[in-house]
Amino acid sequence: MSITKTDIDKLAQLARLEFDATEHDDFVQKLGAIVDFVDQLQAADTNGVTPMAHPLDLVQPLRADVADAAIDRSALQSTSEDVADGLYVVPKVIE
Amino acid sequence: MKARWHEWTLTEARQAMADKRCTSVELVTHHLERISGAGAALNAFITVTGESALQAAELADQRISSGDARPLEGLPIAHKDIFCTENVRTTCGSRMLESFEPPYSATVVRKLEAAGAIVLGKTNMDEFAMGSSNETSFFGSVRNPWDLECSPGGSSGGSAAAVAARLVPAATGTDTGGSIRQPAALCGLTGMKPTYGRVSRYGMIAFASSLDQAGTLTRSAADAALLLEAMAGVDPQDSTSVDEPVGAYVDGLGADLQGCRIGLVREFMVDDNDDENTAAVLSALDVLRAQGAEIVDVSLKNIGLSVPTYYVVAPAECSSNLSRFDGIRFGHRASDPKDLADLYTRSRAEGFGDEVKRRIMTGTYVLSAGYYDAYYLKAQQVRRLISADFAAAFESVDILVGPTAPTPAFRLGEKTDDPITMYLNDIYTIGANLAGLPALSMPCGYARNLPVGLQLIAPAFGEARMLNVAHQFQQATDWHTHTPEAFA
Repeated sequence: MSITKTDIDKLAQLARLEFDATEHDDFVQKLGAIVDFVDQLQAADTNGVTPMAHPLDLVQPLRADVADAAIDRSALQSTSEDVADGLYVVPKVIE
Repeated sequence: MKARWHEWTLTEARQAMADKRCTSVELVTHHLERISGAGAALNAFITVTGESALQAAELADQRISSGDARPLEGLPIAHKDIFCTENVRTTCGSRMLESFEPPYSATVVRKLEAAGAIVLGKTNMDEFAMGSSNETSFFGSVRNPWDLECSPGGSSGGSAAAVAARLVPAATGTDTGGSIRQPAALCGLTGMKPTYGRVSRYGMIAFASSLDQAGTLTRSAADAALLLEAMAGVDPQDSTSVDEPVGAYVDGLGADLQGCRIGLVREFMVDDNDDENTAAVLSALDVLRAQGAEIVDVSLKNIGLSVPTYYVVAPAECSSNLSRFDGIRFGHRASDPKDLADLYTRSRAEGFGDEVKRRIMTGTYVLSAGYYDAYYLKAQQVRRLISADFAAAFESVDILVGPTAPTPAFRLGEKTDDPITMYLNDIYTIGANLAGLPALSMPCGYARNLPVGLQLIAPAFGEARMLNVAHQFQQATDWHTHTPEAFA
């Protein structure tokens, strides 16, 4: 198996996810199968091939640096469960 | 006699309203009744917006009677629940966004509204568009109108089921690896994914940003052309939308197929495909040949690596895109967090379903230290090879064809325990996403009484020719007019 329980713990921590004991085994098994499956890419000869990150060879479009109409802050913050005085409320970060 | 207005395509309904054979209010009312009536068994809608639809229909009727009708005036449509709709719940099929009401609408939503279309509701979908069967939705599976025990495909399964069951004449969808074309094939519809950048992605909840594209699920190529004219175009709010003139897609439908060179992709015609599925595809080629097209053999030699390439690239982009769901600014927020990390972790663990978590974890893995070159960089190189194969093929042919999916609709629950088997459903659709090309699926027959889809793939911005070929095929065949018996 290409993915271990330790890998799952490390990835979960990086991805800010967590799993209970039964989910944990299922993720070891299924993620292992996915990684084994994508491993067939290793057989491709890609010597000297430029990686393709995007289907279009785009140049970042620029516009004049002029303020545009924006969505009102209170409307944007209406989607949050905890806002006070126009600020997002989170648990205490600094001790 | 009970009204049969659900039998009309968008194009037919538009003509009927222009001829005063029915009003928008009548048309909208009729379809809303079908959604809440026979359609309820399908679970195709997450949200129905009946009240606002009827108000809009009244205004549409006023415009029509005063000779002020816009291109899609008064025509009912539905949006996949991935498109943000201002002050209307937009869930993306996830518990994470169960009660999310966006403060703005997607460009696609605004453009279709500006063209006069009326939104009847938001359709069910695989969670965050990650799935090929609509079974990963937090809001439950959608059923296939051709066989209620079968999946409609995914991820735009709700849109496909709704159009196939004639609950609405057309719906929007999104396609990252086949999510419009595969459900179109499994439900007997015309499903089009335009060129990457043809339609704005602004307000379309992101899954894999270099692959996602908005498109249409309709009953005919003519309807797809009508909708694309209204949806397409550059958008200053999406820096990846392309400033390319929008074609006269409807006007271009009539050209004949004399001299059209169509390449049958050899690698798509393998023994592993369902025999009846293959037979339907081959008979469609006979139709195209009889219409003057020349069918030639084409090879895309790296296309066999498209699924593994996709399952590196798409999860990598998804793990990055979905990091925005942190429980703070929008979406599900865990209660009583003990600290900030706990708020992030539990909000995400509670808000996302298993398939979404698997993709985030896969993406995190392929991007993590020590694996980036072996997986992500490698996949990007193979993506280049696949794209180059398409470019080479289009030097000698106008359009590529093959099956949309290897089999017709499969039973609900049949593939849920094995992610790889599920992923392989998109074996013939993913290539067009990796290369950013326009592609379309249309019905071409049946396998065990279930619809079979024929896929067309065109060069970038070749939508006009692709829709023209599909329309000509639909002039010579009637597969696209068939209605599932239970919803006739």
